[in-house]
Amino acid sequence: MAFPLLTVTAAVPAVGAVATAAVPAGRRGAAKVLALLFSLATLVSAGAVLARFDPGGARFQLSESHPWISDFGVRYELGVDGIGVALLGLTALLVPFVIAAGWHDADTLEGDRPNRRWRPTQGFFALILAVEAMVIVSFEATDVFLFYIFFEAMLIPMYFLIGGFGDRAHAEGEEEGARQRSQAAVKFLLYNLVGGLIMLAAVIGLYAVGNDQLGHGTFSLPELLHARATGALHLSTSTERLLFLGFFFAFAVKAPLWPLHTWLPNAMGEGTAPVAVLITAVVDKVGTFAMLRFCLGLFPAASKWATPVVVTLALVSILYGALVAVAQRDIKRLIAFASISHFGFIILGVFAMTSQGQGGATLYMVFHGISTAALMLVAGFLISRRGSRLIADFGGVQKVAPVLAGTFLVGGLATLSLPGLAPFVSEFLVLVGTFSRYPVAGVVATAGIILAALYVLLMYQRTMTGPLEKPELRRMPDLRARELAVAAPLIALLVLLGVFPKPLTDVVNPAVRHSLSDVQQKDPKPQHPVADPGRTGASHDKPAAHGGDHE
Amino acid sequence: MSGLTLEAAQQLPAPKIEYGALSPVMIVLGAAVLGILVEAFAPRKARYAAQLLIAAVGLAGAFAAILGLAATGHATSKAAIAGMGALAVDGPALFLQGTILLVGLVSMFVFAERRLEPKAHGSRTDSFAPQPASLPGGDGEREAVRAGWTTTEVFPLLLFAVGGMLLFPAANDLLTLFISLEVFSLPLYLLCALARRRRLLSQEAAVKYFLLGAFSSAFLLFGIALLYGYSGTIGYSGIARAIANADQTTDPVLAQTTGNDALLLIGGALLVMGLLFKVGAVPFHMWTPDVYQGAPTPVTGFMAAATKVAAFGALLRLLYVVLPGLRWDWRPVMWGVAILTMLAGAVIAITQTDVKRLLAYSSIAHAGFLLAGVIATSKDGISSVLFYLGAYSFVTLGAFAVVTLVRDAGGEATQLSKWAGLGRRSPLLAAVFAVFLLAFAGIPLTSGFAGKFAVFKAAAEGGAGPLVVVGVVASAIAAFFYIRVIVMMFFREPRTDGPTVAVPSAWTTSAIAIGVLVTVVLGVAPQYFLDLAGQAGVFVR
Repeated sequence: MAFPLLTVTAAVPAVGAVATAAVPAGRRGAAKVLALLFSLATLVSAGAVLARFDPGGARFQLSESHPWISDFGVRYELGVDGIGVALLGLTALLVPFVIAAGWHDADTLEGDRPNRRWRPTQGFFALILAVEAMVIVSFEATDVFLFYIFFEAMLIPMYFLIGGFGDRAHAEGEEEGARQRSQAAVKFLLYNLVGGLIMLAAVIGLYAVGNDQLGHGTFSLPELLHARATGALHLSTSTERLLFLGFFFAFAVKAPLWPLHTWLPNAMGEGTAPVAVLITAVVDKVGTFAMLRFCLGLFPAASKWATPVVVTLALVSILYGALVAVAQRDIKRLIAFASISHFGFIILGVFAMTSQGQGGATLYMVFHGISTAALMLVAGFLISRRGSRLIADFGGVQKVAPVLAGTFLVGGLATLSLPGLAPFVSEFLVLVGTFSRYPVAGVVATAGIILAALYVLLMYQRTMTGPLEKPELRRMPDLRARELAVAAPLIALLVLLGVFPKPLTDVVNPAVRHSLSDVQQKDPKPQHPVADPGRTGASHDKPAAHGGDHE
Repeated sequence: MSGLTLEAAQQLPAPKIEYGALSPVMIVLGAAVLGILVEAFAPRKARYAAQLLIAAVGLAGAFAAILGLAATGHATSKAAIAGMGALAVDGPALFLQGTILLVGLVSMFVFAERRLEPKAHGSRTDSFAPQPASLPGGDGEREAVRAGWTTTEVFPLLLFAVGGMLLFPAANDLLTLFISLEVFSLPLYLLCALARRRRLLSQEAAVKYFLLGAFSSAFLLFGIALLYGYSGTIGYSGIARAIANADQTTDPVLAQTTGNDALLLIGGALLVMGLLFKVGAVPFHMWTPDVYQGAPTPVTGFMAAATKVAAFGALLRLLYVVLPGLRWDWRPVMWGVAILTMLAGAVIAITQTDVKRLLAYSSIAHAGFLLAGVIATSKDGISSVLFYLGAYSFVTLGAFAVVTLVRDAGGEATQLSKWAGLGRRSPLLAAVFAVFLLAFAGIPLTSGFAGKFAVFKAAAEGGAGPLVVVGVVASAIAAFFYIRVIVMMFFREPRTDGPTVAVPSAWTTSAIAIGVLVTVVLGVAPQYFLDLAGQAGVFVR
């Protein structure tokens, strides 16, 4: 039996969560270091997965398969394709930064009564690692049921992270802050739980149909895909559409897609910055990832049937998110709405059903994760210095904290997809992929870029430039070494992948071709040189060249 | 002379009793009788230890007997009708009896707890009234407290209730069904009235339970009479044959009524109503919240877990063995009942402010989920319901055991608002309760999810897809109030006058630990138990 590398990658943070939670109350510092070490070990393990992954090889690699609950036809079945491996890498990469950035977020206040049993610090880092473990399993699972279990279960630690740990200073006072925080946590949980339960009905339906036609119920994705391709498992049109809707609803809540997005600004606004990064950069990616893997893979005809509606909703998300972001007074909520806009782009790319669109969407998931992490974590540093999330409470910060302002600017520019930084590559690919099939949608989506420039630059202008009028800001310290260690690598990655995204595209593209063959879609006939099917790789290699024309 | 005795012997043959197959029930009832004798003759000081020993040995011995029967194939190949057609010894019966015995044993642990209440005049006290027969707060009670008396009768009562519950799902004729119903109901009525604190509430609960229970017994009995009129027999298989027109009785007395479909339909409906009352299904659920709230919490936990197991066992056998021929008549009705039960339980629970009442409404919602599995009318349906019952009963036991620990000056602090900030004061207890709540809500990796999935899967395969959708919607509604309790415990600041968490003895601790263990094991690795339930999913006819 081969070494179960994927299991190990998921098990390391899980063990870390238990170990961190078990650290005695007096040893807070040890708990932090332990959590960081476990997250780094996970990163190493994920690196091994990336190294062993062969982009040109089989569709699902490093597979593991063991019977688990045979009564339900459930197997413990793991395997990664290019898309999964990219997102696995992203998750493992970001969590150490999240932990390092949240180093002091869960320290007990000095005034707190020391309580031997109440150990928030240990809990905070244990929960982060637990979320990481569950997200990793959902990226690896090739069994629909296994995926579902972790898709649902990750809500619980996430819920405690949002509700239990918030910013110290709240505009409306500590008590009001705690109230809003627990409200945000409940809203997060209820939205996602309802989505998940509707998906449960569809999962049961899938089992019933499979049991009916294959003679044994199965959730194994490779087996289901095979049965769908050979026609052994034939879904009637209405069944397929209902099942698709059940799955899609859950993923659209998670992603989140307008109009199911309203939990995200609350959750990201009330959670601490590292938790907000965990939500938007890691957990939400499971939603878009699952659309690509499960909705398109299992229900291709229904996906095509739903495409016009989904594309429209994605466009609404892009424009609505961006417009509302422009109007935000709260930095974290602004980034949350910007994320909604970006998730619109990802979903647009997934449902454009072109290789550029889906490849771009996958890259977008990775790059959006990195860029949002950079922007949000630096914003978190900024907010913790001033004790306020309101844009109006800042101004002229770049005079006292130039490094902070500089990193904030780069994170912002990445968010607005400046050419040369990584998100530009993916956004461009999504737009090209969409344009070649739905020209109107492509044009409309482009407006999102313009709005992105508006909200990012306005925020920068209001917080960083201008005269230094507020006395509280006079003595604001610049980034400390720990904070710089968080921000600098992320920015370096953004630049590096912006100039040279090829290693990632090489991993992702074969997987996207598989995914497109599931839906039996070919790229449309070229009408302009960019979408030449024979040279699809070209647009990935030289994105900046095209980008110049485009912008 | 000799001819007469011969004739009498022919008319009254000595019953042939399969003592081995019936041993679990006999052990428990024997232990109960022994417990009564101890109560009558042993000195007061020695009773507590003696009762505990008898109850523990009785329940464990009966469970060992169940294991022995199952190991020798009585659940599968050697499943048979025993006791002159009165009882079935088959897979579902043994599975449910095993579950009831374990539930009884764990409940006994909670019953035995004597560390929670403050000591009264130097002697340890438990959750039960020292002198239940005297006026609450009256002289007799004060004297009993001063003398340090305790109500050790609860253990024999528990054993009698367990004995009746063992018979209930195994009953194979209608009279045995009725008698076993009474055997387990009467001790429960008594136990409900025994709360040490809030005696009036407790007595009110007992009276309500008794009156409504008497009504439901009457319905059941009336249904039995009508079915006898229809078929001329009270045996399950005989009635089933009569429904299938396989054989007609030739009893001249019943010539006018035999085969009258009106009798069959009305009788069947009354019978099912009697059982739905015990299950706590809407619209027969009215007693549940009041009784759950008023009864001493250890009793509530036992009742909520074990009664549900026994009653669903009886309901399954009735619908699958006696009335399968009427499937097309009872299925639509049960559809309606299941939908109402799921939705009403979940919706009304949202407005509750008392933990025990909240758990009561949650148990109603769970009865609805179980009914969805009952409706599947397939082998999968049976085994999924068996599994769900096993999973659910331990979550329930654990949850109520936790409730006994959260106390303030007035006894248990069941007001939900008092639980604010419990997670800060005792994170471990709050985390354990959160695990139980998540299992109730059916979150993956808990037994509640595995059970819910099994039941919904069976329902979907049985063609009850819409029921699954309603079930999922009800689960979503239900999730809201479970989460509200978690919010209360973890995200609210503790109140200064809030309750404290009592440090229990090993009894309650082990009961809660068993609850958590079963919840997690059945959630993560349910396969073995699903197999067990799957093998047990065939009724002997």
